[in-house]
Amino acid sequence: MEGASTSSTYQAPVLKAKDYKSDINPIWCPGCGDFGVLAAMTKAAAYLGLAKEQLAMVSGIGCSSRLPAYINSYGFHGIHGRSLAIAAGLKAARPDLTVVVAGGDGDGFSIGGNHFIHACRRNMDLTYIVMDNEVYGMTKGQASPTTQPDWRNSKLTPRGTGVRRFQPAALALAAGASFIARGFTGDPSGLTQLIVQAIQHPGFSFLHVLSPCQTYQPEQKEWKHLVHESEEEATDDPIEAARRIQADDGMSLGVIYAQSLPTWLPPHLSQASLPEIEAEFHL
Amino acid sequence: MPQESLSGQPSRLSIAITGSGGSGAVTTGSILLAAVARAGYYGLMTRSAGPQIRGGESAAMVRFGPGPVNGMDDRFDILVALDWLNISRFYDEIPLGAESLVLTDPAGGAVPAEILASGARVVELPLKAMADAVAGGRLNMAALGAAGALAGLPLAALEAEATAALGRKSADIAAAAVACLQAGYATAPARRVTAITGTERWNMSGNEASGLGALRGGIRFVAAYPITPATEMLEWLAPRLEKVGGGLLQAEDELASVNMIIGGSFGGVPSLTATSGPGLSLMMEGLGLAVTSETPIVVANVMRGGPSTGIPTKSEQSDLNIALHGFHGDAPHLVLAATDIRDCTFTTQWAVRLAEHLQTVAIVLTDQALGQSRTICDPPARFPDELPRVTAEIGDEPYRRYALTASGISPMALPGQPGGLYVADGLEHNPRGTPSSMAKDHAAQLEKRRRKLLDFDYGPWWAEISGSGPLALVTWGSATGAVVEAAERLTAAGHPTRAIALRLIAPLRHADLAQALAGAERVLVVEQNQGGQLFHYLHGERALPAGARSIARPGPLPLRPGDIVAAALATLDPQTPAAAHAAGASPALTPESLGRSAASPTPDTGPGDRPAPSAAQEL
Repeated sequence: MEGASTSSTYQAPVLKAKDYKSDINPIWCPGCGDFGVLAAMTKAAAYLGLAKEQLAMVSGIGCSSRLPAYINSYGFHGIHGRSLAIAAGLKAARPDLTVVVAGGDGDGFSIGGNHFIHACRRNMDLTYIVMDNEVYGMTKGQASPTTQPDWRNSKLTPRGTGVRRFQPAALALAAGASFIARGFTGDPSGLTQLIVQAIQHPGFSFLHVLSPCQTYQPEQKEWKHLVHESEEEATDDPIEAARRIQADDGMSLGVIYAQSLPTWLPPHLSQASLPEIEAEFHL
Repeated sequence: MPQESLSGQPSRLSIAITGSGGSGAVTTGSILLAAVARAGYYGLMTRSAGPQIRGGESAAMVRFGPGPVNGMDDRFDILVALDWLNISRFYDEIPLGAESLVLTDPAGGAVPAEILASGARVVELPLKAMADAVAGGRLNMAALGAAGALAGLPLAALEAEATAALGRKSADIAAAAVACLQAGYATAPARRVTAITGTERWNMSGNEASGLGALRGGIRFVAAYPITPATEMLEWLAPRLEKVGGGLLQAEDELASVNMIIGGSFGGVPSLTATSGPGLSLMMEGLGLAVTSETPIVVANVMRGGPSTGIPTKSEQSDLNIALHGFHGDAPHLVLAATDIRDCTFTTQWAVRLAEHLQTVAIVLTDQALGQSRTICDPPARFPDELPRVTAEIGDEPYRRYALTASGISPMALPGQPGGLYVADGLEHNPRGTPSSMAKDHAAQLEKRRRKLLDFDYGPWWAEISGSGPLALVTWGSATGAVVEAAERLTAAGHPTRAIALRLIAPLRHADLAQALAGAERVLVVEQNQGGQLFHYLHGERALPAGARSIARPGPLPLRPGDIVAAALATLDPQTPAAAHAAGASPALTPESLGRSAASPTPDTGPGDRPAPSAAQEL
């Protein structure tokens, strides 16, 4: 009622990270890097003060794509490779929602590769977290597009793939992504900050997360010794970003590239009524 | 002045206009259709073209009359040949007979022997000279004037519609067209000009009609990938969705488009995609996700010749099998088919409401012959009920997205709704939505997804039924117009016949269909595909009586009433040759039956017991 109450204004309850955790126990192996993403995501949501019902987590299929079930928000656990498509449709229909997409390297770069490049260039306001462990874990250890070509631990490719790896950051840059960052699950506070920045960035934010697989890529335990903070601030120059990505060892952490580019949404103009449209058909 | 004229006064008249690329055949047909509308008639225009973007041959085929026209006739009364280049590609599609007139300019070359062989009479007019006498004149407009006079159309109607169509380009072009029309009109033999007082009628293509049905049903989000012959539906929708507060997203492929509309619908916005056979094939995994996650979506599938890339520009009713059976797993869903152009609006609107209410996938089948044809018709019917999406009311109990309810419909929370948090999932799940591989959860969820479709009362809209009699023609989709006309002719010839066109194909309304078939002594299932897809579906559902037969022929030639009459008579009297029609343009329709009908008292004993189908075969 107008003027009835000026002494207090409504305060949304302050949510803590644990409030964003669902009561479902993850299926992940002990020590899986994806636990770090779950923790960082809930901390980022709390930091941003996101209303749980305004957050939608969308994923495809794979170990990391189980993430939405473990977060206390709306979510869609779809089919293999199509998370970005579901998310694009959801954001187009409901621009008011914060839509975060999560998945793995196989889901995002192999079966979902076409959607990835088009999501980059469409630049809808989505955050895409790819947990890269360089392996298909859920199908018990096959090579993915980011697996080393000489990795021989899969019966499917006993001689290794012999195929060069994708460089996800380079791919995202070439396809027109407006925000590119790399994080590491062994760096929880850094990863939380990157998720916060990715969600805050208007447009398509690609967050490449090094997420070790203890089961099929045990040598990734060494990543904690190999990663390092990027020595440079994020650039908004795509040529400089390309140089850095190519010169980098792939283990530097931080925001690589952030550029203000037009975001895309279908128009919602609502000028005419249906009878006006139907009048076109009258003789 | 030509000596030939149309004999008699046919109640409905059919005119075909052919020409090579750039000759203006389709423009001529469009103006003709608009002129018959202005003169008070109902009409239908189909078109045929090769796959070329420019320079290919094209044909416009118009049929009009004082009542609704939902299909083409056996033969054309008038062929307007703007030139004879590539005419051979249309011999099959434009059957002529001894009563037909061929309107042509001898300056354009000799009439091909194949045309003369039909017995059609040739009317030679100096069309090119008439056009050349007008600055900026065009032969097609002189030809239209002559054809319009032969057809008994008022000159004023032709003039007005030519001006309306061409005046957009320039006033000079329109004026030249009118001068050519007048010259052509004056050379044709005088015929009683008739105009009737038309009631309120609409001019719409099938793809436009489907788009309108989508909007009427409440669709506000569309994601799609271009594909012939569905693209015009999307092009019609794109600007109009914006006007009603919605939007269209052009996807990178059909894998994306189906998942995008799943996302949109999950967000609470009724969502649709449109495609054709190849796109539908790509969408199948996503459709299964929508079924399992119980996310309502609608797929408008405008069929073309298949399989593979097939015949993209021409029609065939051959996607029924994939629409019914393409899903993996047990995936109950809705399959509907529009029975004519006008019905594209009603059926699409109904499909949207059903999908929304039942939280499932609705596939709406139309085809090139409906989608890219244009009709002058009564205003389309409107589905009268609301059939809302059942949304969740959050109380004290924890929300369960996939709760096991009596109807099988579980109230759906929408993002933004506090207390309704859930994760939609393509994994099998328990009532809460948590993934589950337990047998009891799988059984319960499968059962609920089936029950919600089977127990629903679909009302009287499941089929269009006309006529009565011991002979029953069962059909679907664009074949309906020809089937209804065939039933009328058979009835008039002393074989009372009923026609049943299924609008809701899945789930099959067993009791309704049995009632519609009650007393039928002979049932023929008529459709435009090679394998008899509807026939085999109905047979598998044990919905056909003993002795039922399939009358099926693949596209792209349309099924014509005379073909169906001949095939039907052949089943009534095996001595009557099925190919009794003279034109010879269309291959004869051959009735086929299975070795044993589902309802046959003699059970199947195995494939070896099944004789090869043949025309003369009786059960």
